[in-house]
Amino acid sequence: MTRTETRGRIVVQFLPRVASLRKRGLAGWITIIGLAMVSAVVVMTVAAPWISPHDPNEIGAGPVLAEPSESFPLGTNHMGQDMLSRLIWGGSTMLQVAVLSVLVCLAVGVPVGLVSSYAGGLVDKSTSLAMDSIYAFPGLVLAIAIAAMLGPGVVNMSLSIAVVYVPSYYRIVRSQVLSIKELPYVEAARTLGASGRSTLLRYILPNVLPSVVAVATINFADAILTAAGLTFVGLGLPISTPDWGWDLTYGRRLLPSGAWWVIAFPGLMIVILALGFALAGEGLSELLNPKLEE
Amino acid sequence: MTLRSYVVSRILLTIPMILLLLTLVFVIIRILPGDPVLVHFEKQATPAMIEEFRRQLGLDKPLEQQYLEYVVGLLRGDLGKSMADFSSVGQQIFSAFPATLELSIYSMAIAVLLGVFLGARASRSYNSIEDHSIRIFGIASYAIPVFFLGMVFQLIFGIWLHLFPTGGRISPGMEPSGLTAGDFHLSTGLYTIDSLLEGNPSEFVEALRYLFLPSLTLGIVLSGIFVRLTRSNMIETLRLDFVTAARARGLTERAVLYGYALRNAFLPILTMMGLQFAALLAGAILTETTFSWPGLGRYLVDRIAFRDYTAIQGAIVFFGLLVALVSLVVDILYAYLDPRIRL
Repeated sequence: MTRTETRGRIVVQFLPRVASLRKRGLAGWITIIGLAMVSAVVVMTVAAPWISPHDPNEIGAGPVLAEPSESFPLGTNHMGQDMLSRLIWGGSTMLQVAVLSVLVCLAVGVPVGLVSSYAGGLVDKSTSLAMDSIYAFPGLVLAIAIAAMLGPGVVNMSLSIAVVYVPSYYRIVRSQVLSIKELPYVEAARTLGASGRSTLLRYILPNVLPSVVAVATINFADAILTAAGLTFVGLGLPISTPDWGWDLTYGRRLLPSGAWWVIAFPGLMIVILALGFALAGEGLSELLNPKLEE
Repeated sequence: MTLRSYVVSRILLTIPMILLLLTLVFVIIRILPGDPVLVHFEKQATPAMIEEFRRQLGLDKPLEQQYLEYVVGLLRGDLGKSMADFSSVGQQIFSAFPATLELSIYSMAIAVLLGVFLGARASRSYNSIEDHSIRIFGIASYAIPVFFLGMVFQLIFGIWLHLFPTGGRISPGMEPSGLTAGDFHLSTGLYTIDSLLEGNPSEFVEALRYLFLPSLTLGIVLSGIFVRLTRSNMIETLRLDFVTAARARGLTERAVLYGYALRNAFLPILTMMGLQFAALLAGAILTETTFSWPGLGRYLVDRIAFRDYTAIQGAIVFFGLLVALVSLVVDILYAYLDPRIRL
């Protein structure tokens, strides 16, 4: 069997399951709703230059702390910036951070999990211990420590989030490999002379991927919430970047004035994005691993 | 394996985990790019000042010696000196800890009660509208940033309705002193307990009023996982024979649900409480910042603002040790309650 054939088979097995989502009852609908929420945010963020009524950083675009009105549908903040424009632009940072940190997690967690569980022995034991130690640590605290040292920036923020979540990928890959590698078809492949490497990549990995997809989807939500949390404790991006997390953080100081619109809208956007990923991940994990739910 | 040998082996396993954790934090703060001292001063100090500063904090020694002193210091309960005023980080952490502990206890109680109640209801009405809405609540509670929920509560219950205070732990001057009888003095640092020890109901009510919004916020955010766990456990349990038998004997549905089926979910819930402890602490950091609650989380965030890296390191190590300790206790408790785990 050539490599392309193997790849083709993975795609063929995977796509119809996702394509016929609607026929799959509640889990299918949850996935569709989640993906729709995420797509809406992505479209809005990409279209920001064309649909945003003002420059998100323009100071004094309107009166200071104006309530939502016809000319400023979401009101203005303490610097007279238009909250609608800031809302339209503000998702880009979170999306970048989420995508980047999930990619790093995939690039590190999956291979380490594959190798460690397949190799077994001392390698597996020591890697597991290290991963478990990170996993047991309160995630936000660890991310705070790393972000505080690396300094602000999209890449640094993504890295500090990725370190926290690599163990989740490692654990799911490891537990899957451990059960899959005992299955008869893997044994058959080995008997027929497949090398360790090709057993791992061609026979085991394809069956591990669905669980990884589900974990990664939910992990987008974790990454977004952690990014918002880092911003909230003062480890966010520079003020010049419009960001929901930052607006929400600053909004806390404006609360006593009763300016609810300054926190309500950016907060709701974070909820929509995180909830979209959480719903999609929840639905996908039920669709892809029906047994896990039982 | 006997319980005793299980406990011993579990404790032995904790030691390398703690060492790894200490090393990890040391690597992050001291070895990752970014010199704590330089970042602290933000380039506003002469080289001589910086040298003197390093010497006072012991940061001029070779890294391996610093590492050794750090680990040995910890064994003596020494978490280093603050970069701000060279005061003991350990002492500051111990004085901030009771506030965090009190918030955590009440939040966890709300999370478990709310989660188990909703989860049990969902399992009773499996696949109905009620079940689906409870499941959605479970997922949504997970997707809300805890500080956003906190601010919404502050706005509604504090600023608009004036029902609860929006920040702080108690009105100034009302701090309960605990039990004093002659020379004997007992104070836990937990205001709700100290006020009762002192026999002062108005202080107790006041402490609860301040606790209400922060612990409700954190409790709701953490409840989702308990909803899920209780629901899936109960759905399975409700199919078992002993439940059918209980129903056949004519017991009310309520008695079957809460008296029989729910008991079976007790152990997984206990384990989850242990596992959620890390999430609880992370949530506490954000909740404390939102509500100006004078605990460990706010201490950490304050220190970040001052770029006080020795204090940040101390606080983070303390958080890690706390989590390791709690998971050790939960595992041992679990082994005691469920002998199968020791096999």
